[in-house]
Amino acid sequence: MLIQRPTDILPSEITSPEIYRGRRDFMRTAGSLALAGSLGLQAADAAAGVKLAGTRPGPYGTSEELTSYKDVTTYNNFYEFGTDKADPAVNAGSLNPRPWTVQVDGLVKRPGQYDIDALLKLASLEDRIYRMRCVEGWSMVIPWVGYPLNELIRRVEPLGSAKYVEFTTLNDRAQMPGLRSPVLDWPYTEGLRLDEAQHPLTLLAVGLYGETLPNQNGAPVRIVVPWKYGFKSAKSIVRIRFVEHRPVSSWEKAAPREYGFYSNVNPEVDHPRWSQARERRIGEFRKRATLMFNGYGEQVARMYTNLDMRRYY
Amino acid sequence: MSGYLMSPRQFSALKTGLFLLCLVPLANLVYGLLSDTLGANPIEALTRGLGDWTLRFLLITLAVTPLRRLSGLNWLLKLRRMLGLFTFFYALLHFASYVWLDQFFDWAAIWKDIVKRPFITVGFASLLLLTPLAATSTNAMIKRLGGRRWQLLHRAVYAIGLFAVLHYWWMVKKDITQPAIYAVLLTLLLGLRVYWMLRRAGAR
Repeated sequence: MLIQRPTDILPSEITSPEIYRGRRDFMRTAGSLALAGSLGLQAADAAAGVKLAGTRPGPYGTSEELTSYKDVTTYNNFYEFGTDKADPAVNAGSLNPRPWTVQVDGLVKRPGQYDIDALLKLASLEDRIYRMRCVEGWSMVIPWVGYPLNELIRRVEPLGSAKYVEFTTLNDRAQMPGLRSPVLDWPYTEGLRLDEAQHPLTLLAVGLYGETLPNQNGAPVRIVVPWKYGFKSAKSIVRIRFVEHRPVSSWEKAAPREYGFYSNVNPEVDHPRWSQARERRIGEFRKRATLMFNGYGEQVARMYTNLDMRRYY
Repeated sequence: MSGYLMSPRQFSALKTGLFLLCLVPLANLVYGLLSDTLGANPIEALTRGLGDWTLRFLLITLAVTPLRRLSGLNWLLKLRRMLGLFTFFYALLHFASYVWLDQFFDWAAIWKDIVKRPFITVGFASLLLLTPLAATSTNAMIKRLGGRRWQLLHRAVYAIGLFAVLHYWWMVKKDITQPAIYAVLLTLLLGLRVYWMLRRAGAR
């Protein structure tokens, strides 16, 4: 039964990712045996599942309880696979995350095409446990695997004129059934200021829970910007472009009054239609207070000292 | 009277069957909550599920009169009160789920929602408007008010329909497919009434 107050959990009682992974392995083995006959089910799962070896613990961790793997992978906003949050887990099997290349271009000295395998080896992979706050008023704690986006940025050497970074999600109707609906202006486009993109918190994520990303979570490579609302973290990206002028993101284009370019988590600036003061952590009953910058103020607040956060929401 | 194709006993069995049928959506949601099959955010799923069913019952109730007219099955009218009361029942549960599970009796936040968020304002208005209709649903109340005044009062259901659809429409983030379907159905049900009214006025 889910209706209960969350218990106060000692950090020592929280399942470590290692043990959690062990449990996943057990479940997977048990599941594979049980499902040995039904290959259809396994095909969708095969895209996730690959363990990422040699990851090391990264900084900025939290001792908060992790959101379960099941909730992280079945409650997703990924409109390319449908607008219901249960849709991506059901429909994302048609995405083929390999082979995959990411085009890195625009105002950089060394543009290039990065194969996903090259990206995986570009820098050492870290386990990063981040809070994720959705603009809709719910949140999760997710153990990502990846490395700072800046590892890639410094290799391509942005020119002085590069002020912003634009991310583009795959736009292939054959793989993404949700693209047939004009609910957003495809391809999904997001952007960050260059200093935001270079911030050590900004992650180029390739996995979660120690494994490659499940398709519904943005396989094979995505951005994670933990102090901004979730939609700022573009999934399944195929292009990273360095530009001079501020890009207009898909959600901003769809409803500029509701989804600004910055979209920093801010309990004091409400969404025009609902309050952002509190959030429901998935798995918990009572709502909790939303923290400024999603609790990452110490790391990121200085980037916004000269910014009117009410105007530039 | 025409249209009574069944015996009182058969009709009473039909009514009991319908009553139980109307409880199935609730049973489904409660079962989902207890068995943890409502997904990662069961509170949202429950609140929205109850809201969906309120709207569905409202439209079903509004469909009784046109259906009776088109089919000639006059006994349908005798089911309307029960359907209307189920609309109110699901609306109350929807509101209770919001007040208890979603906001956890944070009355200040609830009040702020009601005055500040248009989608909650219209949702709350529909609940308020539904209340007198439920309260005057008994035969005794119809008698006390008199048929004409009772009917006038119960025309509030048209406004309730409009508010309820707006409540849903303004709530969704981007994909308005679902509320649009309800809007089309409501337009059809109210449009038929307007059409018949105009025709009657023209015939006079």
